[in-house]
Amino acid sequence: MINVKHLTKRYVNIAAVDDISFDVGEGEIVGLLGPNGAGKTTTMRILTCFMPATEGVATVAGYDVFTDSLNVRQQIGYLPENVPLYLDMRVKEYLMFRAKLKYIPRRERKKKIDYCLEMCGISDVQNQITGTLSKGYRQRVGLADALVHDPKILILDEPTIGLDPNQIRQIRQVIKDLGQKHTILLSTHILPEVEMICDRVMIINKGKIVAMDTPENLMKQLKSSANVVLEIRGDGEKIKDSLSNIGGVRSVVWKEKGDASEFVVEAAGDKDIREDIFKCIVKDNYTLREMKRQTVTLEEIFHQITTRETEGDSDNA
Amino acid sequence: MRNVSTIFQRELASYFFSPIAYVVISVFLIASGFFFAGNLQFWQEASLKGSLDSIQFFLLLLTPVITMKLFAEETKSGTIETLMTSPVSDFDVVFGKFLAALSLYIVMVLPTWIFVLFLTIFGNPDFGPIFSSYIGLILMGGLFVSVGLLVSSLTKNQVVAAVIGIVSLIILWVVGFLSKYGEGWFYETLRYIGTYDHWESFTKGIVDTRDVIYYLSFTALLLFITVRNVESRKWR
Ligand SMILES: Nc1ncnc2c1ncn2[C@@H]1O[C@H](COP(=O)(O)OP(=O)(O)OP(=O)(O)O)[C@@H](O)[C@H]1O
Ligand SMILES: [Mg+2]
Repeated sequence: MINVKHLTKRYVNIAAVDDISFDVGEGEIVGLLGPNGAGKTTTMRILTCFMPATEGVATVAGYDVFTDSLNVRQQIGYLPENVPLYLDMRVKEYLMFRAKLKYIPRRERKKKIDYCLEMCGISDVQNQITGTLSKGYRQRVGLADALVHDPKILILDEPTIGLDPNQIRQIRQVIKDLGQKHTILLSTHILPEVEMICDRVMIINKGKIVAMDTPENLMKQLKSSANVVLEIRGDGEKIKDSLSNIGGVRSVVWKEKGDASEFVVEAAGDKDIREDIFKCIVKDNYTLREMKRQTVTLEEIFHQITTRETEGDSDNA
Repeated sequence: MRNVSTIFQRELASYFFSPIAYVVISVFLIASGFFFAGNLQFWQEASLKGSLDSIQFFLLLLTPVITMKLFAEETKSGTIETLMTSPVSDFDVVFGKFLAALSLYIVMVLPTWIFVLFLTIFGNPDFGPIFSSYIGLILMGGLFVSVGLLVSSLTKNQVVAAVIGIVSLIILWVVGFLSKYGEGWFYETLRYIGTYDHWESFTKGIVDTRDVIYYLSFTALLLFITVRNVESRKWR
């Protein structure tokens, strides 16, 4: 449904989006994950025809975003980052205006709007001026607007930002439900969100896609090179040397911890080194107090991938 | 084209949600009423002579206040993003906004018919120049609104939009006025570009097609530039 090839957007001094390519298939929910300034919003603005790319092609629902922009815009529902609304209108009036703009036939407007009000849980505030709504409710109005013409594709820029935990739960459920009928591209910095609702994740950093996979695979991929944390009594330097000599260990970091030392051992590749470590410790007669494998969350993957720039081996899909 | 009326309706409604429209209209009516009374006393004649010039001057100051928000506010608040990513053409947006502001302008000018009514009660005015003047006022309104609209699409600061709009209109007016003081192609060009000369013939009861064409084509040109400017977002 969304097809992006070698897309680049350059501002005067930086490339906000730098040669990215990806596809989003029909019915998929894809999360665009990245730190501040990664280029998420820029990518979405290009896909929604708000601004042009410097280079590259993007097609949405089969239409080119540059040459066929009106058709693209008819097919998408877009929730911009800060949910801009006309603050002087009532919720229902606003949705009515948007429905007209999106060419919903007069007879269907009321039905569609009522459906969206219901879906986004804003039926109660439909006669309130949008300017007096709380941030979370504005977010919902924005979502209702994105949905109102029943678009094939939804592009949601940080849909849950600024919501309280309950509302986040609700909105996530709404998005998940929508995913049954729509193709969704959403951006976020919140990792559990991606784990929960996305079929696929793209991690983007400094305008480049650094990883793209299902949330499970990403975690598996990195778990294999997971760290082992040890607490051992004995001479720290010596222990470090013996640990470093185990085959398959990439690095060892240690620090004093009370009368013992704490070691973080990183394995190279997907080898499980715990048994080797244990044998090594027994052989050299140290006292092992604790050994645990650091469970890798998407949080850490995100951190690792987005801060690992000196190493050139990013996991490009 | 279909969305022109949707945009138009929203813009017009939003004028009446905000105090700006009421303030501008009141200021205009109070000021022009004041000058109407003054001119009447000065000329001692049942006509809008003099009053129309002062009316024109207030319109020149107040129209940019009407138009200042049209694009600047949307750019500032970010609603331009939702607007421009919905399936509307740039022309629809520009023209819808233009019509809304022009309508407000007309709403503002129409009550001055009270002055005309006043003249008919106490005198016997010549309706020719009065009718033609109102045709001129509306044509001029189109031009003023399109200047203000263009300026509003160039900035996201409403105050800047209003100030630059007023300055542009004053220049447009002064340029035509100055052309009285010289001869030759240069002054001739100034005379043509400026609004003053074209306006003057309307007040004399003459509806010259050349003046009508001047206003309409100038307005169309400015609207065209505004559409291109709004579009330019797409190739910058
Ligand atoms: N108009 C602009 N002129 C210059 N640079 C810009 C402009 N707009 C965005 N940028 C830059 O482009 C980069 C990407 O911005 P973008 O808004 O896409 O990030 P983001 O991933 O959405 O970040 P966030 O999570 O904070 O929303 C940033 O470094 C930003 O400073
Ligand atoms: Mg962003």
